[in-house]
Amino acid sequence: MSDAAVLNLVLYLPVLGIAALVVVPAQQYDLMRRLSLWVMVLQFILTAWLYVRFDNAAAGLQFETLLPWIPAWGVNYQIGLDGYNVLLVMLTAFLGPLVVAGAFSAIQKDVKLFYAMVFLIQFAMLGTFVAQDLFLFYLFWETMLIPMFLLIGIWGGERRIYATFKFVLYTAFGSILMLAAVIYLVYTLQSTTGVTSFAFAELYKAKLPVHAQTVLLIAFGLSFAIKVPMVPLHTWLPDAHVEAPTAGSVILAGVLLKMGTYGFMKLGFPLFPDATRLMIPAILTLSVISIIYGACLALVQTDIKKIIAYSSISHLGYVMLGLASLDLIGIQGAVIQMVSHGLTAAGLFLMVGMIYERCHTRELAAYGGLAKLLPVYSMFFMVLTLASIGLPATSGFTGEFLVLLGAFRGTWPAFVAGNSYPLVMSALAVTGVVLGALYMLRFAQHFLFGASRAPHEPLTDLVLREKLILAAIVVAIFALGLFPNEPMQKTEVAARQYQQLVSTARVPEAAP
Amino acid sequence: MDKTQLLLAVSFGLFAIGLVGVIVRRNVLVMLMCMELMLNAVNLALVTFAQQGASAIGAVLVFLIFVVAASEIAIAIPIVLLLIRRGRTLDIGAYTALKG
Amino acid sequence: MGLLTLIVVLPLIGFLVNGLLGTRLAAAPLGKGVVTTVACGLPILSFLVAIKCFLDLLAGSGAPIVETAYVWTQVGQSHFDIAFYFDRLTAVMVLIVTGVGSLIHIYSTGYMKEDAGYGRYFAYLNLFLFFMLMLVLGRSLLVLFVGWEGVGLASYLLIGFWFEDPEKAAAGKKAFITNRIGDAGFLLGMFLLYFTFGTLDMDTINAAFLAGPAPAVSASLVGVLLFIGASGKSAQIPLHVWLPDAMAGPTPVSALIHAATMVTAGVYLVARMHGIYVHAPEASALIAGIGAATAFFAATIAVAQTDIKKVLAYSTLSQLGFMFVALGVGAYGVAVFHLYTHAFFKACLFLGAGSVIHALGGKQDIMHMGGLARRIPVTFVTFAIATAAIAGFPYMSGFFSKDEILWFAFASERGGSQFLYAVMAGTALLTSFYMFRLLWLTFLGTSRMDHETEHHVHESPLSMTAVLAVLAVLSAVGGFLPLPHFLEPVLPLAKAREELHAMEAPLMWAAVAVFAVGLAGAWLFFRANGALADRVAPPFAGLNRLLFNKYYIDELYDRVLGRPLVWISEHAFLGFGDRMVIDGSLNGLARLAQRSAGVLARVQTGNLQMYLLFVLIGSLACLAWGLRYV
Repeated sequence: MSDAAVLNLVLYLPVLGIAALVVVPAQQYDLMRRLSLWVMVLQFILTAWLYVRFDNAAAGLQFETLLPWIPAWGVNYQIGLDGYNVLLVMLTAFLGPLVVAGAFSAIQKDVKLFYAMVFLIQFAMLGTFVAQDLFLFYLFWETMLIPMFLLIGIWGGERRIYATFKFVLYTAFGSILMLAAVIYLVYTLQSTTGVTSFAFAELYKAKLPVHAQTVLLIAFGLSFAIKVPMVPLHTWLPDAHVEAPTAGSVILAGVLLKMGTYGFMKLGFPLFPDATRLMIPAILTLSVISIIYGACLALVQTDIKKIIAYSSISHLGYVMLGLASLDLIGIQGAVIQMVSHGLTAAGLFLMVGMIYERCHTRELAAYGGLAKLLPVYSMFFMVLTLASIGLPATSGFTGEFLVLLGAFRGTWPAFVAGNSYPLVMSALAVTGVVLGALYMLRFAQHFLFGASRAPHEPLTDLVLREKLILAAIVVAIFALGLFPNEPMQKTEVAARQYQQLVSTARVPEAAP
Repeated sequence: MDKTQLLLAVSFGLFAIGLVGVIVRRNVLVMLMCMELMLNAVNLALVTFAQQGASAIGAVLVFLIFVVAASEIAIAIPIVLLLIRRGRTLDIGAYTALKG
Repeated sequence: MGLLTLIVVLPLIGFLVNGLLGTRLAAAPLGKGVVTTVACGLPILSFLVAIKCFLDLLAGSGAPIVETAYVWTQVGQSHFDIAFYFDRLTAVMVLIVTGVGSLIHIYSTGYMKEDAGYGRYFAYLNLFLFFMLMLVLGRSLLVLFVGWEGVGLASYLLIGFWFEDPEKAAAGKKAFITNRIGDAGFLLGMFLLYFTFGTLDMDTINAAFLAGPAPAVSASLVGVLLFIGASGKSAQIPLHVWLPDAMAGPTPVSALIHAATMVTAGVYLVARMHGIYVHAPEASALIAGIGAATAFFAATIAVAQTDIKKVLAYSTLSQLGFMFVALGVGAYGVAVFHLYTHAFFKACLFLGAGSVIHALGGKQDIMHMGGLARRIPVTFVTFAIATAAIAGFPYMSGFFSKDEILWFAFASERGGSQFLYAVMAGTALLTSFYMFRLLWLTFLGTSRMDHETEHHVHESPLSMTAVLAVLAVLSAVGGFLPLPHFLEPVLPLAKAREELHAMEAPLMWAAVAVFAVGLAGAWLFFRANGALADRVAPPFAGLNRLLFNKYYIDELYDRVLGRPLVWISEHAFLGFGDRMVIDGSLNGLARLAQRSAGVLARVQTGNLQMYLLFVLIGSLACLAWGLRYV
């Protein structure tokens, strides 16, 4: 089987999984769970196969499938892997089995529908990452909404209806703007060059005047910024995370948020480079605000899921900082930070899910001294906390260090030339490491240390399934922290291309 | 004003009375009667034009309208009767189930 | 695997073994022996390998040994390696870390024998050793930083070792956060260095600075930033607040981490990067100033403390201040010399305190001790020797190192002054005074212990006393090694001003005098259970309270930094920003949509005649429009 076919199989395996689930008789919950797990594991194996066969030095798309779809509009079915999405696809496939396995004991009603929704979301997320045609991209982007809506709305917590509607309306609002922008973009491309195409490669060549670029960047950017999320468009995240079931939170934090940053990296910034360069100060400002504001808010939360939700806002601020730095080290750092956050946030949410299943409360004050009651759990929790803080040897350090270094290196020339604002922003971002330690350690303090207290004592420590899930994440975190060179070689060509696309002027009147 | 114009004026007047009646009157049966009035006003106008143009189409249409009006009344009256049997009043203002 | 990598990796193996299996092994009778062998054996092995490397270094032409383990990452032209570097300075540090470290490991086998967390303790201790070795052996600032953060982690875990007590756990958190604040400055300095030189290798950067003055980046700025990092780790003002709280951890931890090794990492960093400071007089002046301030203020606080470990903690702060003063006036080798002697006598003092605490079954209040000299003689003798060393008894190790510092504080061409000397000499006087106060109140006089404790008093096991003896001997004779001269190829010594050379001998006598006065003062005030001190105390009650409460700095930080941050986060950001403004506008929009929908829905009255009227009006409007435009 050719590699391109394997990629298509990876993409459509969840759909086949849904078909298989439909056939399973109702009430056969164990069969459904096992089936789902095996489908996801198969998907992971296939993705890993593609990952190792990925050619680091190749500049274009790999494992490409290009089929004409709507020739009159220039829409093709084009998917492929390149440095932009290879790590994210790997992350998605890696988290798939973990999500399914993590939900085994948590979901007891409408099990079939639940796993079908998980498959559908997986399909949508993978599609968004591998799509190389704007029409296809938008299609997959929108597909993700409904299953997520159902996931939060049916299996969520108390305020799930409010949370899920907020999530959908917020995201949909951005999507509408993006749709208008997409249509306008393709129309402009057609009227200026005569080429009607939705393909990314063609769109990168579009020469739009700067004011048009700015408007389009805002339209696209709004949609992506809501997803990332960037302050001040972030308020859907804490509610969505808190009310979603564990699997939903893991999918949301692990992969969904990366769709926003991926959108910026692949589409938002390279399509409108002149406007991007004009708005760098604003982007930097918002990134730093996200870092600091997110961390400050995480400091005063009493709901353990909210702490992790706000920490996500803070961590993804680093990613935006790295992307805005336009420095190769910063960009690479941003990519690694995306993956690292996916792993740590997923791990933390899984752990919260595990304790919630035992104690049925998310109040931080209800817990204490878990290090004594649940030693194995606490060990994993400590490792994930340290990864979140960015301790060296964990993936969090790789991401944060490279981003901050890149941000500095990228903004130093501006400082020398007289514009000190970007450098000041980068310096402010460094305070994020202190704030990060503050809120995570406060969390660990109340949670793990002090007098032992938990509802529904005595508690059972982690079972084998839970240990395996967490061990997988921890191993990945350390692998990325100690040996990041291997993944980073895969993304270097893409990072360079991104830097090239955004740094060079697209239209003559905009000098860089 | 010659005869044609007079007839058309009468037709228009009848139509107007019927229309206003449907809008203003609250009694269901009166509304039905006003709708019949509108139909017959149209009939009058058709006959006038048919006679003037010596066209047979107008006359045929009149007969069509007779038939349709009759069948419409045949169905409308029972429906209204059923409605009144439920609502126990002839006042159209009482039937607001389509509100909101 | 190269030898340097081996030195670093051996304790890591110990951490993995004891971390995963330690708790289970320690429960089994023979298993405890396995834990001990692994935990103590591997550091000793590291020490032996370090000696081998040291001999290799001396045998070779003096060129440093460099080993690259692997490439961490490569981005375009920049690549970051994990590499290790061994020169004379590293040799001294590694030997101290592994040597004193191994001794303290052995001591811990006795001290922590009864503790349920025996396996976990040694796992953490080995983890600490791994990171500390990485710190001192690292070639680039990146590897150093990995070790730097790692020892912070180990410190956090070990300070909060008895985590069921929330105060102890909080002390660990405080240490980590304060260190992190320093780390922020460190990172900024690192970044500046990186894109000026394109590398983080310390030897390259140092050589570049020494070769020519002030390249593109301001040496003073980098110097200050790196010093912020150093002051976080080495507990200088204003980031000193975590060290006294760190005494919550087990005493061997205090000895190893907060006396001999981790807190000296800052000194090591500045000494290693001395090339920067040679060209940064403002930064050096800052270092000397803060070092002197810390030394003096810590000494004043130590005079009023009543917990045996707290006295030693403030003493450590003070001695670290001495080291930074030496760094600030350009006497880098002398600072390392003091680091070396301090490791011996401070470790001995802390371990001796541990022995006392062990003998008294957990009590740490010196006001309720006394008369222990005869009951626990070995502890007393070793403690006394170490006290004499720190106070500056002639020819003991502390005397040599402190005397050199005082001399350079006075006479160095790069910042020596009479004022600086006066402050440091005053601190030395206070040091002698409070250390002998500690000795008297703890060991001499008559017993002020309660009956139960007194019954319990017994000498510590051999694992503890043997280590005490070794360290006491080293405290006594360690100073005869001419370390500053040994380090001169790596750390050039500052020059003393020519005209002041005549003062060298008188200053030495002054140092002896300071020691003697301190000793005499302590004897006078604190013999007979502090009779004279108690009599003289009442008029000074306010001062005493101020000193006892460490000048209320912790409370100040809480008021000025801690609480406002939480308040702003809670009320300004969360309450106002998030809830009122952002969510409020969103929910407001939703309510607006709902209300307008409600208003528009009024058209649907359900009244048939209304609908007909609308139809009529609509059709008339269409007709009119059609007539006009079509």
